[in-house]
Amino acid sequence: MAEKLVCRSLNAWFNHGQTHALKDVNLGVGAKLVTAIIGPSGCGKSTLVRCLNRMHEEVPGTTITGEVLLDNENIYAPGLDPVRVRRRIGMVFQKPTPFPTMSIVENVAAGLRLNSANLSRAERDEVVERSLQQAALWEEVKDRLNAPGISLSGGQQQRLCVARALAVEPEVLLMDEPCSALDPISTARIEELLLELKESYTIVIVTHNMQQAARTSDFTAFMYNGNLVEFGDTKQVFTNPSRPETEDYITGRFG
Amino acid sequence: MNSTQPQHTNRQYEEELRGLRAGLIKMGGLVESQIAEAIGALVDRDSAHARAVIARDAEVNRMDIETDQRCLNLLALHQPAASDLRFITTGLKTTTDLERIGDNAVNICERALELNEEAQLKPYIDIPRMASIAQSMVKDSLDAFMRNDTALAEQVIARDDEVDQLNYQIYRELLSFMAEDPHTITVATRVLFVSKYLERIADHATNIAEMVVFMVDGKNIKHMDPTHG
Repeated sequence: MAEKLVCRSLNAWFNHGQTHALKDVNLGVGAKLVTAIIGPSGCGKSTLVRCLNRMHEEVPGTTITGEVLLDNENIYAPGLDPVRVRRRIGMVFQKPTPFPTMSIVENVAAGLRLNSANLSRAERDEVVERSLQQAALWEEVKDRLNAPGISLSGGQQQRLCVARALAVEPEVLLMDEPCSALDPISTARIEELLLELKESYTIVIVTHNMQQAARTSDFTAFMYNGNLVEFGDTKQVFTNPSRPETEDYITGRFG
Repeated sequence: MNSTQPQHTNRQYEEELRGLRAGLIKMGGLVESQIAEAIGALVDRDSAHARAVIARDAEVNRMDIETDQRCLNLLALHQPAASDLRFITTGLKTTTDLERIGDNAVNICERALELNEEAQLKPYIDIPRMASIAQSMVKDSLDAFMRNDTALAEQVIARDDEVDQLNYQIYRELLSFMAEDPHTITVATRVLFVSKYLERIADHATNIAEMVVFMVDGKNIKHMDPTHG
């Protein structure tokens, strides 16, 4: 397995060192594969993905040690601009977060404006269409591209956020519970989208829904108490996990 | 589902898994007694007893359908994973093997009814021996299932060879009877069928034992040894 992202002895803290959220995590994320991170609330799975594109440090009082290698380069190397990292490693959040005052087009192009200043109108439109196509939203919105982003349904808004993340052509897409605010049909569309996107992107998805992890991912990481307890082939993890903690969690025997 | 594991947070799920286990154990007990009684009816030439065994097969069939339904409900409603998933799929297959063992007991009784109409060829010696091994294999495979005991399951699998050998021995013996006196063919063929039914029962017990190994270790050992059915 070619590894796109590698965590080496990754540790993360909140509250000025009082909360140890990630404990010595070592993990390799396969290129152009879907990797799911599962685990109970507070286990550190969101913190882990937020460390993968330097979002964790945006919270006051946090610290990080260890390395995250993107194509063998440490994204925490001194002097490296986090914004450059985030351009290569995009993120989609739990709740759809379209910019409320922007139209559909402006939402998709928002990242472009920050990242590459001088795009012609035609170039911008091309990127917008491609991104919306990739996010499987184009057909539904192509006749009302100037409507406000927030006029879309929840599921469409989430795909709009995927399109916005894809517009800047990242290499990795991080998704932090992207379906938890969506109905089952919208969830199915996002899951189908994941399978299409992994042709071109490396995807890491955090989910509370174990069936979603089972359905969509190639590899599954199980986290508990800030530790990476088990990491392996998804089929193996869901039929015959190697660790008793994983077994108890995925069979619903926890606490 | 393993008795040494903590209980499920979802009580309903835990109860349903226990129900499946209890149902299979009960069905296994009934099937085991059907084998013993079928052989008893054959050896004692007791046609009334044979008919009673045949009638009781309806109960085995009812339990088979009930087990299927339980497994389907668990799969549809609880999305089982890991050891629970292996337990349920094992249950789904075990019930089929048990139901077939029940059918074989019925077949033995059907041959017994026919044999009781004719003079006995010779006293039954190897058939009851074979039956007792096959029956103990069924019992042990179910005990192994109940206790997650892979060592016991492996013993069951090993014992299948003994039954196969007895089956072959009986075949050779009956063949010599038939060669000597063609008038024995009708009776000898029926006894030969009984021997074959017992051999099949041992195969079904072997299947259950193999699934116990899969259920406990997640390791599929089926069709590893070409000498096993």
